[in-house]
Amino acid sequence: MNDTIKSTGLTDRIWNFFASVKLSVILLLTLALTSIIGTLIPQNDQPVQYLQKYGEFWHRIFDTLHFYDMYGSWWFQLLLAMLIVNIVVCSIDRLGATWKIIFPKKPVYRAERFRKSDWRQSMIAGQSPEKLKKTLTGYMERHFRHSRVESTENGYLIYGETGRWTRLGAYVVHVSILLLIIGVLISSLFGYEGRMNLPVGDTDNTMILRHSDARVQLGFSLRCDDFSVQHYPSGRPKEYRSEIVIIENGEEVSKRSLIVNHPIRYKGFNIFQSTYGRIPGNTFTLVFTDNASGLQIPKKASIGEEISLPGGKGKITVEDYSNNFNFRGHNLGPTYLSMLIPESGNPRPVIIPVEHPNFDRMRQGEFTINIENVDYRYFTGLQISRDPGIPIVYTSFVIMIIGFFVTFYMAHRQICIEAVRNHEEETTIIVSGISPNRRPGVNMAVKRVAGKIERTIQQQKNT
Amino acid sequence: MMDSTLLISYVTFIFGLSALSYAIGGIFKSKTAEMIATAAMIIATAGNLSAFILRWMETYWEGYGHFPLASLYESLIFFSLTIGIIYLFVEFRYKIRIIGFFAALSAFLALAYASLPSVGSQIQPLMPALKSNWLIIHVMTYFFGYAALTLAFSVSLLFLLKSSGENPESGFRGRIPELKTLDELTYQLVMFGFLFITLGIITGAVWAEQAWGRYWGWDPKETWSLITWFIYATLLHARLMRGWEGKRLAWISILGFAAVLFTYFGVNLLPGLHSYI
Repeated sequence: MNDTIKSTGLTDRIWNFFASVKLSVILLLTLALTSIIGTLIPQNDQPVQYLQKYGEFWHRIFDTLHFYDMYGSWWFQLLLAMLIVNIVVCSIDRLGATWKIIFPKKPVYRAERFRKSDWRQSMIAGQSPEKLKKTLTGYMERHFRHSRVESTENGYLIYGETGRWTRLGAYVVHVSILLLIIGVLISSLFGYEGRMNLPVGDTDNTMILRHSDARVQLGFSLRCDDFSVQHYPSGRPKEYRSEIVIIENGEEVSKRSLIVNHPIRYKGFNIFQSTYGRIPGNTFTLVFTDNASGLQIPKKASIGEEISLPGGKGKITVEDYSNNFNFRGHNLGPTYLSMLIPESGNPRPVIIPVEHPNFDRMRQGEFTINIENVDYRYFTGLQISRDPGIPIVYTSFVIMIIGFFVTFYMAHRQICIEAVRNHEEETTIIVSGISPNRRPGVNMAVKRVAGKIERTIQQQKNT
Repeated sequence: MMDSTLLISYVTFIFGLSALSYAIGGIFKSKTAEMIATAAMIIATAGNLSAFILRWMETYWEGYGHFPLASLYESLIFFSLTIGIIYLFVEFRYKIRIIGFFAALSAFLALAYASLPSVGSQIQPLMPALKSNWLIIHVMTYFFGYAALTLAFSVSLLFLLKSSGENPESGFRGRIPELKTLDELTYQLVMFGFLFITLGIITGAVWAEQAWGRYWGWDPKETWSLITWFIYATLLHARLMRGWEGKRLAWISILGFAAVLFTYFGVNLLPGLHSYI
């Protein structure tokens, strides 16, 4: 593969550009730095709010630089894409060399690397090197792979090593990151999210998507049998609970209590307790107050029903209801929207906020209209999502943790025991170690080996 | 009667005493002071653990019953506890006392901050979004990570102190361990911290999916945790490159710790879902 790349200059240069750890460092720091922007500027607000907050000049600059949706902007995604290419190219570029190290035909040890090592422990044994040889080689063969003995001028060296394969740990981490990105891509391409406001007692089978307001059929229905809010004595909310029945093909398939942190998962859909609210029941009382006499005339009514005004002065139909009706920047709370058809003249809309019975006076009509005796029902606000990326993302998490563990807590280490004859019945034993891929922990490993050897020799002496 | 808040004020004092003794031991080369420092550290950490357990019991006496990791106050108490635990592990394993001063001081500062009236030590019941076992594992992994990175930061400070100027072996600086030991210790602590903040992000993602239906949402706290992650990932990769040892790595470790501090305390100033901690 390397040969084909080297044959063209440009590809070669691009490859080398992406094969550098320097690029990784630059990209990681750039990602860290630019990510800050989106935490300081609220994301995906209304343009009007931005204009108010930052003024015309900065608003235009921020807008051009995509700071209002920066994590979805082309330049942020480009940085991420470059990091991915960087990871892939770096891994491929080094895999060949790593592979040769992991599966060597014959491992190479160089005595001077151990002699120069910072991590050394020495001890003196009251036996000749020859007598110690069997003990030492035995120990090394039992605890290390590729154990080998080399003779020196007045003694010998025994090499051993562990954990060549742990060099794959970094590749495992990088594979997990690629898998994570694939999962995230699948989530954003094929996943969707929406809501369903389900009044107590009602059954529904469609959700409304968050961004497009499109309707999606679930393929099964949900019925809410009950909704309740519990509070602590202090008034803080304690629990939101919906009793949900899943109905498929007219049959009740499952009956579940839905609370926060315990979503219902069914046929690939995840159903979350998200919000709640009140909706009016079917009936209420329309009250007409004669502005001249102050006389009040109540009439029972329901949504969509045409009601005659007192004295045959026209007709009114209550058409719609809003939980939080916004009137010139003021939230009027629960509000009915109706259409008044006077005896003569054009139909006109009438806003009837339940909590502000005098609101309609502003219209200065013959009657002031308000609504009483509203029979509210709770609805539970369900958040419904479908995210086929989740299993892949979670798998990547598991692989990442394994990879980190191998990379951080297992190391490729080489240990060398050097035996030097001091005189006939005395030997200096030097234990030293290196980590060819510069992992920490060599110090500890050297101390451990030295300790064990000392004890082994001591035991043999005693027996 | 002893309650956890009172116990914590004693513990705060003992951590302060420990910091002072570590400083005296380090500067005047006093073995006695060092012994007192270590003893105070052990007592403070044990006291901190007891206060944590006592607080857990208190949540039950209040009638709520939850693992005490649900407010800034409780998280600070756990933070000082993790600093104590990880530091003592480092001291006994590596026989390095010099970062004891920073460890005891950080624990002392965390608890002193917790005692401020604005932090509020009263036990609050859990809101519905926090009622999850993921709360425990998410916060615990994070604070073990934070504590290790706090210690890595102190080692990096010592590294810069030792490597700046001439005669690194003279005076107080002579008692700071060799640079290669500090460098290795930083790396060890960063690896541990990095592994644990990764676990923290992962458990947070799984929890967020359960509570809000998405595993990632670029919420400021999430984003800042990722920023921290990027910085420490940089440190680990920079170490692979020649010429990026020593001072430069120490600076990245300090930068990373600044990000940790902002993720922990600063993000609360920004709007987002983590407003309760």
